[in-house]
Amino acid sequence: MSILIKQGRVIDPVNKIDAVLDIFIQEDKISKVGQNLKVQAATVIDAADKIVIPGIVDMHVHLREPGREDKETVASATAAAAKGGVTTVLAMPNTQPAMDCAASVELLWEIIKKTAKVNVQVCGAITKGRLGQELCDSALLKKTGVIALSDDGSSVDNDGLMQEAFAQAKKAGLLVICHSEDKKLSAKGVINLGFNSTRLGLRGVSNASEYTRVKRDIELAQQTGCPVHIAHVSCRESVEIIARAKQQGARVTCETAPHYFSFTEEEVLGYDTNMKMNPPLRAKEDLEAVREGLRNGTIDVIASDHAPHTENEKDIEFDRAEFGVVGLETELSAGITELLDKKVLDWGQLVQKLCFNPARILGLERGSIAEGCFADIAVVAAQDLWTVQKQALVSKSKNSCFLGRELKGRVEYTVCNGKIVYQK
Amino acid sequence: MSWTKKDLLGLEYLTPQEIELILDTAESFKEVSTREIKKVPALRGKTAVNLFYEPSTRTRVSFEVAAKRLSADVINIATETSSVRKGETLIDTGKNIQALKADIIIMRHNCSGAANMLARALDISVINAGDGWHEHPTQALLDIFTLKEKLGKIKGLNVAIVGDIAHSRVARSNIWGLVKLGAKVTVCAPPMLLPAGIELTGARTSSDIDAVLKDADAVNVLRMQFERDENAAFPEQLDYFKKFGITEERLEKAKKDIVVMHPGPINRGIEMSSGVADGDNSVILEQVTNGIAVRMAVLFLVSQAREAKKGRQ
Repeated sequence: MSILIKQGRVIDPVNKIDAVLDIFIQEDKISKVGQNLKVQAATVIDAADKIVIPGIVDMHVHLREPGREDKETVASATAAAAKGGVTTVLAMPNTQPAMDCAASVELLWEIIKKTAKVNVQVCGAITKGRLGQELCDSALLKKTGVIALSDDGSSVDNDGLMQEAFAQAKKAGLLVICHSEDKKLSAKGVINLGFNSTRLGLRGVSNASEYTRVKRDIELAQQTGCPVHIAHVSCRESVEIIARAKQQGARVTCETAPHYFSFTEEEVLGYDTNMKMNPPLRAKEDLEAVREGLRNGTIDVIASDHAPHTENEKDIEFDRAEFGVVGLETELSAGITELLDKKVLDWGQLVQKLCFNPARILGLERGSIAEGCFADIAVVAAQDLWTVQKQALVSKSKNSCFLGRELKGRVEYTVCNGKIVYQK
Repeated sequence: MSWTKKDLLGLEYLTPQEIELILDTAESFKEVSTREIKKVPALRGKTAVNLFYEPSTRTRVSFEVAAKRLSADVINIATETSSVRKGETLIDTGKNIQALKADIIIMRHNCSGAANMLARALDISVINAGDGWHEHPTQALLDIFTLKEKLGKIKGLNVAIVGDIAHSRVARSNIWGLVKLGAKVTVCAPPMLLPAGIELTGARTSSDIDAVLKDADAVNVLRMQFERDENAAFPEQLDYFKKFGITEERLEKAKKDIVVMHPGPINRGIEMSSGVADGDNSVILEQVTNGIAVRMAVLFLVSQAREAKKGRQ
């Protein structure tokens, strides 16, 4: 099995590549990268006028399997990933059962082996049942193959327990990913706190409910020396706190999601539940701060926080609708439309945040295009305009915040481990 | 100027001209309720459905009376005894009512935005009879109608809204309506009951009731909505009455002909003394009477718009 990707503009900031090159793939690896390669390949992909990037590593994805196969399965989520140019996903542990013990993780690995179309890595839970009461055995989870720990969707409220969690994770050699939210402060809020929550008559979520917990999580992690990654950063103060911690040498990284650099709270004014996520869409100054954080390197990663929900759970009263949106199929296009076109990031930086940085943070040898690397590649028609439509989404759930909107850039081919897993 | 909306969802979404049109139409309907035979045939053959997800007597009966005086057929759905109990979604309930060929749904709901959502999903008219903390447009319209009747105008008036602003849809609708018509609105409450960014509506804020009353041409007194928010801090009742309650003593220092309004139901001795509720300045029962004319106007106008739309299709 061999593939030749010809004449594409290859972007790989790690190897300082931005040039029209051919890529020759044999089995699951990249065997050659160069100009006008003279090789015989079983499959030739003409990538003239296309952008060729490493496959995206999305470190924040809810696969919903096991437990909520009506929302999404490993098969449907990884098919959506392939369509979005994503070749590795990190599965969040808030499944039913939660990924809090060896048996559950083994069950998920079985499903992944049978049905996944792209690479799936597993994130274990910090506490049993993600209830914030009792720590999971992180050494044991590590043995089952998880590469990080998180109680995503919740934060461990008990400071002492969280500190112990960091200490244990450090010992086990695991990254801790924090959903930083003080639920006493967010107090059942459903949108950003301010004039818009007042005019809509909805409970507001303050920036403080996020950034005070970001601060705590970084401080506790530092005391134990455990690396910490802050999930879905949405507000100005969080960006500032993380920037300061980084300057002081803390082992902290962070991500934001496409909705936080694309939309503000104004989008909620029509009570569109596809604009309801946690943390909520924030004010314009927060969006600006997130963009600036991406630009200056404070924010390392763009991850989708792909959160599928059925229409029954979304097409209802705003207060009662579930939080979250799907994002695997739109994250690259959102990055091109909102960051590249608006000159927040250049191609190298965008690829770094979508591909290389998350791979590095997770300790994966992915996210780069060089001889000997795993052949995870996306071929992108970067100028293509398309409108996001419900029926065209591959994900089982259709709760996209980009529905009806025009985005730029579309994946034409996705290659994962040397196999074509998506073709437009 | 003609009315073009099939729904009435909130006063935030209306122009000053549209609000004036409702008030003028209400003016012409007010006389119907004084006739020997209190009925006009404007909505004969039309069906209005009262869909109330929260207990309400005042508003529901007022809408029912208004619809009947326009000769519409009225059906009341009590959600405690309907399929809603069996887990039917709001949109499914709405579509079923539409399939029964009803023309108007008048809805009260405890979730903010429920009326907006239903209106988007249906072709028939939706009138918001109060949704969560969001809006209660017909209450504000009848407050403004009453004020205009009493004081001859709205523009330039100093109107105080006192009480639980944070949890009040009546406050929000009143602010939007009054500000659009050129009144100077001051909301007055303990800081914990003033919601974030409320001043961006154009209303001023204060926590000094005596200073506010001194300049006010009218005061709209709201109920403490303890039942609406189990999370929030509320002032202690007696303490609130001492600091914010509208009493005869306080009114002595206000303008002599200050108009005192309340959307009801009144908690006597908490937000207002009995003497004030029943006193000369109180227009509370006139508000109830005017509610019928205002709701007749709204039912009539949305029907016109709906029929016009149907005609065009």
